[in-house]
Amino acid sequence: MDQKRRQLLHAVGGLGVLGLLATAGLISPAQAQAAAARPGFDARELNAALAALGAQEASASAELSLAAPDIAEVANAVSVEVKSRLPGTDRIAILVEKNPFPLAAVFSIPEGTQPEVITRLKMAQSADVVALVRANGRFHIARKAVIVTISGCG
Amino acid sequence: MTNPMRIRADVRDGVADVRMQVPHPMESGQRKDDKGAIIPAHFITRLEVHHGERLVFGADFGPSVSANPFLRFRFKGAAAGDRLVARWVDSRGDSRSDEAVIAGAPA
Repeated sequence: MDQKRRQLLHAVGGLGVLGLLATAGLISPAQAQAAAARPGFDARELNAALAALGAQEASASAELSLAAPDIAEVANAVSVEVKSRLPGTDRIAILVEKNPFPLAAVFSIPEGTQPEVITRLKMAQSADVVALVRANGRFHIARKAVIVTISGCG
Repeated sequence: MTNPMRIRADVRDGVADVRMQVPHPMESGQRKDDKGAIIPAHFITRLEVHHGERLVFGADFGPSVSANPFLRFRFKGAAAGDRLVARWVDSRGDSRSDEAVIAGAPA
């Protein structure tokens, strides 16, 4: 095995399955790299997305609040607010349980930025909206059921 | 071509309150056109806001974020007259950058 090939395999190895797809020519190395840098966004189920984010062990916390409407009449723009009072919060993610790709957004919260965000999401059907917060390396989770009357993804 | 982001920011006691609306279709790849063909996914993947050299807000998006994404966040260490620069990149590799000046405290 020559040196170049070894380096290529090494570079590709770190990308796992996406790397293999890239080696097989099914996707470009740039695409593999881009997807690998966005863990969780290609997951099709909530638990898979949480696992990709390293948050399987997330615990509930009273220091994390998630506000969303009980009933969303405009399901293509459901307002969601996440607020953390956990010291060391540096990341906030929002997921929608039954959307085709549950992970909606991951916010990085640099030092000096308040650990809170408001945004608007599409919802394919009635489902739990999930807020995930990373604080001092530990994940905390909150859920809120939202009833959708007219789908926002169709 | 996309329209400029609408960015409104004001500061009170050193804390800037930023509201922004980002014109973008945020196509999920799930919708069909009137002939039944799937409309390809086309959405913002990354958005960053800088205050001077400092990153004050970063967001990675999937296709579940609404069309014309709305965001509200707050950060410390701002003063009236300071500049904010927001930039996004989308799933086609297109990008856009816009600026705003932080206003004084609202009345």
